[in-house]
Amino acid sequence: MTIAIAIIAGVGLVAALALAIADKYLAVREDPRIGMVTAALPGANCGGCGFPGCDGYARALVAGTAPNGACAAGGDACASAIAKILGVEATATEKRVALVKCCGTRSEAIRVGDYNGICDCNVAAMTAGGDKGCTYGCLGYGACANVCPKGAISIHDGLAKVDKRLCIGCGKCVTACPKKIIELVPASATIHVLCANPDKGPSVRKVCGVGCMGCHLCEKNSGGKEAGHFAFQGFLAKVNYENPPTDEQIAAKCPAKCIGVDPHFESGN
Amino acid sequence: MSYYLMLLVGAVLVNNFVLSRFLGCCPFLGVSKKLDTALGMSGAVVFVMTVAAAVTWCLDYWLLLPNGLGYIHTLAFILVIASLVQFIDIAMKRFLPPLHAALGIFLPLITTNCAVLGAAEINHAQLAQLQKLINEGAAAKSYLASFGEAVFFSFAAAVGFGFALVIFSGIREKLAHADPPRCFRGIAIALVTGGLLSLAFMGFSGLVKLPY
Repeated sequence: MTIAIAIIAGVGLVAALALAIADKYLAVREDPRIGMVTAALPGANCGGCGFPGCDGYARALVAGTAPNGACAAGGDACASAIAKILGVEATATEKRVALVKCCGTRSEAIRVGDYNGICDCNVAAMTAGGDKGCTYGCLGYGACANVCPKGAISIHDGLAKVDKRLCIGCGKCVTACPKKIIELVPASATIHVLCANPDKGPSVRKVCGVGCMGCHLCEKNSGGKEAGHFAFQGFLAKVNYENPPTDEQIAAKCPAKCIGVDPHFESGN
Repeated sequence: MSYYLMLLVGAVLVNNFVLSRFLGCCPFLGVSKKLDTALGMSGAVVFVMTVAAAVTWCLDYWLLLPNGLGYIHTLAFILVIASLVQFIDIAMKRFLPPLHAALGIFLPLITTNCAVLGAAEINHAQLAQLQKLINEGAAAKSYLASFGEAVFFSFAAAVGFGFALVIFSGIREKLAHADPPRCFRGIAIALVTGGLLSLAFMGFSGLVKLPY
């Protein structure tokens, strides 16, 4: 009995000593600023900055490998708080919001089949690419809406729409979309090309009434190629968000009606 | 050599720790939602179980059995394994930061997890039996061979645990897209799946004559 107590106590004592010594001599000194920066971040762990969670971003900030201001959710207030801790200037951040690049509603886009499966875009995309004729079209089964941490996405007439005021630009919907048609765009830009189909005009027309045909009219109406408001990928117009167009007439003049002026869905409307 | 192969097959397939012995069910259900976390967890379990087996065997052989304290081994093992995992955590953070980044968050989770303790328990039973045989003069192997077997068995058992965990997480990743009835959603359908997997592993029984 005595020997049992002695041995167990001895083993415990040795283990405790070893841990105490290890804790003292093997401890890793962490920069105290990491904790302070983590506290200044929103703590939503949304991953919008491209780092694994707020803690990962804080480490990169302290190490100096990440630019201050990559946190879209925290915004300028957060960036200046971090700048105070780190003693560096904050770079101004442009708020970015998600944009679904499709405007093929139920009446405009042709459906090639009936899909009665599980209501999820990823599953629908696995079954022969979904029920839409256009393989670049929004399926409208809400994979993006399901992952949105702010509930900013809702489905209207078979299309996912992003509420600009609720969106924090975390980019979760961008990765969730099986069609890869969601993009983060500057919140200040108002004119967007709402199509992601780079095919030739006739084949786009076959599957959708409002698909971009690559006619370059938007480019011509915005001051030509030199103005640089638009770029083209195959037969698809893309807004150059470094230098976005502002003239809202461009949208009205688009023959395919696939250019939208501030198409972001506003909840409550 | 063939004896070690038999140990490996026995611990991974026939007497799989999770699916046949039902040890380590908590991490089996807890960290099997994603394949990459399951792989990280498996790595941590393999590491801890192998090291813990070596340490507990030595403790058993030099301290407990000579003093006739076999009955108190569970308590001693918990004490030693818990401190060991903490120690490994600290040392790994200092000397092997990349490995700590990969396995670190799983280490505190498996401090004297029942799979780790279960392997030590089985090793203890084997050692006690061997000691009895040696005292009677009828033993066929030495203490050194027993040490090697204990460590290898724990390693193989941990590999078996990782094997089951990885299979299960692969199924659960697919299962996330399925549409089961409301009352089955989440952990319920996972338990049913785990049960079916366990049934499937019953097919391996009798594959080898089990030494353990």
